[in-house]
Amino acid sequence: MNVTTKYDRPNSYIGSSVPRPNAARLLQGRGRYVDDKILPRMLHAAFLRSPHAHARITRIDTEAARALPGVVAVYDGAEIARHVTPWQGVLTHLAGMRSPDQPALAIDVARWQGEPVVMVVAQSRAIAEDALALIEVEYDPLPAVTDMEAALTEDAPRIHPEIDSNLCWQRDIDAGDVEAAFDDPANTVVERRFTFGRHTGVTLEPRVCIGDYDPSEDRLTMHYSGQAPHMMQSVLSRHLGVPEARVRVIAEDVGGSFGIKIHTYGDEIATMAAAKLLKRPVKFAADRLESFMTDIHARDHRVTARAAIDAEGRLQAVEIDDITGIGPYSVYPRSSGIEGNQVINLIGAPYELPAYRARLRVAFQNKVPMCQYRAVGHPIAMAVMEGIMDDLAAASGRDPVELRRINLRADDSYPSASPQGMKFADLSHQACLDKLLDMMDYERLKADQDRLRAQGVYRGIGFVNMVEVTNPSPMFYGVGGAPIAAQDGATARLDASGAVHVANSITEQGQGSESILAQITADVMGVDLADVHVTTGDTATVPYGGGTWASRGAGIGGEAMLRAATALKDQVLEVAAAILQGRPEALDIRAGNIVDRDSGQIRMGLADLGRTVYYRGNELPDGVAPELIATRHFKVSDYPFVFTNGIMASHVEVDAETGIVTLLDHWVVEDVGTILNEKLVDEQIRGGVVQGIGGALYEECVYSEDGQLQNATMADYLVPMAGEMPDIRIAHVSTPTRTSELGAKGAGEAGTAGAPGAVMNAVNDALRPLGARLSQMPMTPERVLKSLRQGG
Amino acid sequence: MKTNAFAYQRPDTAEEAVRLAAEGGDGARFIAGGQSLLAALNFRLDEPEALIDISRIATLRGIERRENRLLIGALTRHAEVAASPEVARDLPLIARAMREVAHPAIRNRGTFGGSLALADPAAEMPACALALDAVMHVLSPEGRRQVPAAEFFCGMYETALEPGELLTGVEIPLPEPGARHGFSELARRHGDYAMAGLAMMLGPRSGGVPSWARVAFFGLSDCPARSAAAEAAILSGARPEDCAAKACEEIEVFGDLNADEATKRHYAEVMLRRELTRLANDEERTA
Ligand SMILES: Cc1cc2nc3c(=O)[nH]c(=O)nc-3n(C[C@H](O)[C@H](O)[C@H](O)COP(=O)(O)OP(=O)(O)OC[C@H]3O[C@@H](n4cnc5c(N)ncnc54)[C@H](O)[C@@H]3O)c2cc1C
Repeated sequence: MNVTTKYDRPNSYIGSSVPRPNAARLLQGRGRYVDDKILPRMLHAAFLRSPHAHARITRIDTEAARALPGVVAVYDGAEIARHVTPWQGVLTHLAGMRSPDQPALAIDVARWQGEPVVMVVAQSRAIAEDALALIEVEYDPLPAVTDMEAALTEDAPRIHPEIDSNLCWQRDIDAGDVEAAFDDPANTVVERRFTFGRHTGVTLEPRVCIGDYDPSEDRLTMHYSGQAPHMMQSVLSRHLGVPEARVRVIAEDVGGSFGIKIHTYGDEIATMAAAKLLKRPVKFAADRLESFMTDIHARDHRVTARAAIDAEGRLQAVEIDDITGIGPYSVYPRSSGIEGNQVINLIGAPYELPAYRARLRVAFQNKVPMCQYRAVGHPIAMAVMEGIMDDLAAASGRDPVELRRINLRADDSYPSASPQGMKFADLSHQACLDKLLDMMDYERLKADQDRLRAQGVYRGIGFVNMVEVTNPSPMFYGVGGAPIAAQDGATARLDASGAVHVANSITEQGQGSESILAQITADVMGVDLADVHVTTGDTATVPYGGGTWASRGAGIGGEAMLRAATALKDQVLEVAAAILQGRPEALDIRAGNIVDRDSGQIRMGLADLGRTVYYRGNELPDGVAPELIATRHFKVSDYPFVFTNGIMASHVEVDAETGIVTLLDHWVVEDVGTILNEKLVDEQIRGGVVQGIGGALYEECVYSEDGQLQNATMADYLVPMAGEMPDIRIAHVSTPTRTSELGAKGAGEAGTAGAPGAVMNAVNDALRPLGARLSQMPMTPERVLKSLRQGG
Repeated sequence: MKTNAFAYQRPDTAEEAVRLAAEGGDGARFIAGGQSLLAALNFRLDEPEALIDISRIATLRGIERRENRLLIGALTRHAEVAASPEVARDLPLIARAMREVAHPAIRNRGTFGGSLALADPAAEMPACALALDAVMHVLSPEGRRQVPAAEFFCGMYETALEPGELLTGVEIPLPEPGARHGFSELARRHGDYAMAGLAMMLGPRSGGVPSWARVAFFGLSDCPARSAAAEAAILSGARPEDCAAKACEEIEVFGDLNADEATKRHYAEVMLRRELTRLANDEERTA
């Protein structure tokens, strides 16, 4: 697709699919992941973890472990707690939320299977693991609270004695007259209960960190595989007692994160504490088993939904009850309330909806902590609403597309707001729907479907309309007291050779953030892409900012970059005008040269300018004091979020005898506003769709009733693999956001947000002639078979 | 996920390997392709004192025709078996089943003998060995012995191999002309161990029914299992759906995370009915 933007001219990179500048380095094995770093005198940490979901720790004997040659230190929870203050994962704007103090290592009681109990620091990881085998811990098992609904009953065992129930947070929304809509006999009403399994984000590179403490300056450096270095800097300072300015967090290459590496993990904090205590670098690299038992899990919802349409098919009311289980603690500092909050905030967002009621309950349980993972809350909100839309279509005898068309917000209706109070602008549901139907050839597909059904072949088509949270403002976290910046900063500077160096507070974890920063800078500055050098991820060298999460990198960090590069360009032209004795407005930069804006005639190279300024300042006219460096910050104001929209369709075949679902096609139309690099956007969407399909069909953290994780290996926990994936075709509608000059909205989570619902609707469309319906993810073959037996 | 410390030995001959194994006693393990063993060691599910690396013993590797039998050396890689023209021509069941064994990277290292010695209940090759009436060649310091497949697989990861015994190769009688094979596997993703699988050989037809039948299921029980009831039904000329109804009559089926007992029984029936129907239709088409 060709998008013409105001940036189309020589050195135009915004909107073009340039290859990633960092690809060659990574492909040649020159990546600098944390585990590649070997520091002098470095030690290695390993953790003994609770084998019980809930147990009192009655005795810890570490003597034999301490005596093992090569072991340098052994710490239990009480010992670490002397050097690390506990944390609480609550946000004040989520009113009424509570979560008790969480220690780095369990003290007295372990509350999930996998919670760290004892830490060993040794000369090598292998020795540390040998030592773990020598530690004796006696546990007195306590009743495990695993089912989220059972957790909230009166007589459920309490996970935290200091809290009067296992309820972490409840939120209710009541807007418009829901009851009247359900009572009106002229309306069609449907109701359905959905179950969404727990899954987790499986990153290629696990969580890895190195703590490196220099007592001479009281400086702590954390080498970090994560998404939000400045947040981590603040967390370390708060809980380890090192002044914030003396904490440095360095996140160089990161091998995937998906929201996993944006939280406070006790094992990582304990590693920093050990480095400080031992005054030697300490590395901790989670292995796969530890990753499954400690990386945050995601989703885990049970939702009951009810909705009504009038005789014309117009939505009259939606009512939602969502209960979600978050493990024993709300995760610090983002809290585990945001996921459910987004579910009830986003349901119904694509549609004109007069009345809405919702109740969200967030329950503690004895499982791995649950928190924000790619597309936080969206897959649940989309799957529930779009599942209900299909039910309403079937109940009222309408085609699913027809019912959606009746209800979609009109492209000319913005700005507008939902009953939940979400403010929408610059969305394009209708244009996206038209484009999608065109791309997938819906009418032909339906004809094929009918023909094949007669032969006993069951194919289904499923749709999902999406509204996604991107580019959040301070209303997301900062307002609730979390040390998480909503703004990002960018610095651009010209060096003596005429090259441009930029530093930005957003991070790169594989999605191409650094590429788009280079593109924006080269485009604005009028230089070759190869002459832009990007630094991210180091709190000592980049401006202060939030990092890359919530689909905010391009929209916020990108806009800051645009402004910094624009300011640098103005500075350069001012100096050039002084040297060339002209006016800055009459000059421009093209292909790395200062040129006459109108004629294009080259006046001097940027390298000449750099050398003149830095080496031969004496040649500059009197009074010219050049600054060839500019920093700008940007945050979204006026809107709490920059919402984006899109639509997806999935086409599947279900083997009614085996329950196996074969994915045939997947289509996406997405409006990301200004497209900075279409290839990167498309691959973000594809990767996201695959991750969404994972949740829909394959991925689930399976627990026994007593809270034992049953499938903590890559053989048993099924991630989606290429062989099963359909072709994913993508098209765009581009409505730039009015909140920035760049116009970019987020693109990183769209695929994950919509794919599960699209696939679920497609599976149910295939099952419909067989009288079955499935409302539980993942839709395993066995569950499909059971739904066929039970008839939905 | 680091293994415990262990001694490592790499003998050049099979005789040397079994001698070292006898010396090592309970604490010694053979390592072939390492694709299953290393995972167990890294999880510290197994903490051996010595690994005896048999992967360089040249005489244990390769595929050889001996009259009406094919001998597959224990160290022949899955990928080599999959690419072998002899196997494709003479043992199409194995060629077909190999496509479902793990993924290319694992097939490049995993060995035919390793798969049989490991005896994973959901693995393809043990069931193929049953359906093909293969014979295992076993070496120990006491000498050589042969074990028919029907007596080799005893339970979950359990075989007739005594501690220290080395599987050197597998001898497979070539099915007579006119014999046919059936294979089916249901897994949640391609390359995964099976939720349920079927490997089957039917003898040439005489009087409208196969002259013999060997129906082996995998992924249902603690080890691959023949279904005598289904075989008898096939030989009696029963219709595919009636043969299928007998699939698990004598098999003790255990559920797992992906499929409970009832689902596995259902899968066994579906697979058998579909394969018998397919073979019957092929027959009709050629007739
Ligand atoms: C991700 C993954 C997926 C897989 N999927 C499948 C699948 O779908 N189907 C399948 O069948 N397999 C699968 N496998 C297993 C793979 O096929 C193994 O390689 C094989 O089962 C064992 O062969 P190996 O040569 O690697 O044996 P090793 O791992 O070296 O050894 C396995 C065991 O057998 C013993 N052993 C090996 N060779 C001999 C011998 N000659 N004599 C006596 N004992 C011996 C060892 O001591 C050890 O106990 C998978 C493996 C992985 C990692």
